[in-house]
Amino acid sequence: MLSFNELRKQIKKPVDPALPSIKIGIVGDSPTQFLNQAIRGYGLTQGIAFDILEADIDQIDQQILIPDSELNEFKPRYILIFESVYLLRDRFYSLSASDRISYAESYKDRIRSLYMAAARTGAKVICFSYPMISDGVFGNYGYKTKLSFTTQLIRINAALAELAVELKDLFVMDTAALAASQGLENITQRNLYINSGLLYQPDFYAVIAKHITDQIMAIIGRFKKCLILDLDNTTWGGIIGDDGIENIQIGSLGTGKAFTELQKWAKQLKERGIILAICSKNTESVAMEPFEKHPDMVLRLKDIAVFVANWETKVDNIRHIQSILNIGFDSMVFLDDNPFERNMVRSSIPDITVPELPENPEEYMPFIISQNLFETASLSEGDESRTAQYQEEAKRAALQKSFLNEDEFLESLNMVSVVRPFDKFNIPRVAQLTQRSNQFNLRTIRYSEEEAAKVASSDDHITLTFTLEDKFGDSGLIAIIILEKRKDTFFIDTWLMSCRVLKRGMENFTLNTIVEIAKREGVGEVIGDYIPTKKNQMVQDHYKNLGFTEKDGKWILDVNNYIILPNKISAQ
Amino acid sequence: MTTQEVLAKVTDIFRDVLDEDNIVLKPETTADDVEEWDSLTHIQIIVAIEKRFGIKFSTAEINGFKNVGEMSDAIVKKKV
Repeated sequence: MLSFNELRKQIKKPVDPALPSIKIGIVGDSPTQFLNQAIRGYGLTQGIAFDILEADIDQIDQQILIPDSELNEFKPRYILIFESVYLLRDRFYSLSASDRISYAESYKDRIRSLYMAAARTGAKVICFSYPMISDGVFGNYGYKTKLSFTTQLIRINAALAELAVELKDLFVMDTAALAASQGLENITQRNLYINSGLLYQPDFYAVIAKHITDQIMAIIGRFKKCLILDLDNTTWGGIIGDDGIENIQIGSLGTGKAFTELQKWAKQLKERGIILAICSKNTESVAMEPFEKHPDMVLRLKDIAVFVANWETKVDNIRHIQSILNIGFDSMVFLDDNPFERNMVRSSIPDITVPELPENPEEYMPFIISQNLFETASLSEGDESRTAQYQEEAKRAALQKSFLNEDEFLESLNMVSVVRPFDKFNIPRVAQLTQRSNQFNLRTIRYSEEEAAKVASSDDHITLTFTLEDKFGDSGLIAIIILEKRKDTFFIDTWLMSCRVLKRGMENFTLNTIVEIAKREGVGEVIGDYIPTKKNQMVQDHYKNLGFTEKDGKWILDVNNYIILPNKISAQ
Repeated sequence: MTTQEVLAKVTDIFRDVLDEDNIVLKPETTADDVEEWDSLTHIQIIVAIEKRFGIKFSTAEINGFKNVGEMSDAIVKKKV
């Protein structure tokens, strides 16, 4: 974890003008300079140039509610409401007994109205949960009366959780959990607080900055999708090849509890949509045995999307895993107890995250939790079925080897696609795909759920979603098209596809569908556009390959002379 | 620890926090003499000194230091 001082040094270096810039407004009732500097510094370590406006202290409500305030004129994408638990307490003290009882309710109403005002400007709001403190007034009896600050503080944190569930663009940065794990005594400093109102020690602002940046990166689509686990001394204690299945440590044997904890965590991640993969130097059958037979294993083979155990290098094996999953290395985390393997992977695949696991297994989980590796900004229903989809993909890859030609193979898959416009059922997945897809994405325009709903109901747009199902399983919604109607032409605002369904003829099927609609609407031309990013080189020749011709940097397709492109997908 | 030794260590802390290797501190040096020594970096310096020497300043002390000399004397006194 970088110290505040190290982060501050980051912002003194010249900033690369090519870095994406994101505007943040900070409003607070304690000094926010440290928070500002820490967020800017941490952002730079992650390749983001945060542009931060710090409103004057104690102006939270005015700055958010008044339309032409300094904050609103700045037009931040994110507003951080940074409030002190001590002032929260002092405001409580200034109330009459009857108002004290409903303190949490009025707090909730206030935050909701601040959120509504911020949402009108298009800003997302990040609040901070409050560290649990005792005010020494009611003692432990505080839990037994609504007149205590203790009870109101608990209810206020609960109110934040309720608001975050209710309001789509309200996020909570969990200061309460961080303060509990680090200890209030270690993160606050009385002399600084009394001297200048500074809430925390400088280094704790660095921790907050990391979490805020993690949240914002998740919101803009930069988050981890896959956890790759080594086996021996990472997933279980001991070496399966030497010790045998009876002697590896999981469950109650030896330090087994530490490994069980890690497995439980991985299993929970899997249940919320993170892909699990195994990468181990072992004989495959030996490595798989505990997953099949050991009674204390939490992880089972069905939880693992890609299982690689052999004697190749981990670098080659991780590349293999990546080729099956078709996601960026920057969305993968690799856990391995062996420093040599970690360094080798890190130096050969710089984009992958390889945490420096502590030496003692009992420290694995506290360390992993402190790294906040798997921040996310949304959940969608497809998440839970993803592991099965990747397992299907591995079977397809195996089947493909048995066919002599590709057509024959594709034919045998019995592929069916359902084409539908955006609707209220698929819009969450649509928004998620526009935010997650980086590789097969022609213009990389991100849509929030609201924005997607807006396009869906617009008369100037045609929206399309495509699913793909074959004999091995249902890949779900895998492609999105947004057509903008212009005079006698369709402009392809968005064309993106999940990389899972590459090389299945889906591009041809999609274009056939677009042309069919164009003909029906009497449109003569379809115009494509490619906006290059660091990650979408794979589609730079997309329109060329589909028969579009280039004109002034755009790609034109003549609808009337279009010849239907071959594919093995039937529409449903 | 002598005032001289403390001053040398405090100088290292100033150089690290302010990211400026040429800083030379004398007992009579004040915030006006060091460009980056403002209220914000002052807090960082205080925290770094407390950590380095394993001491705690009181709020009154933090506000009261007129110059580097007074700061060093306070450190020496706490280390006795």
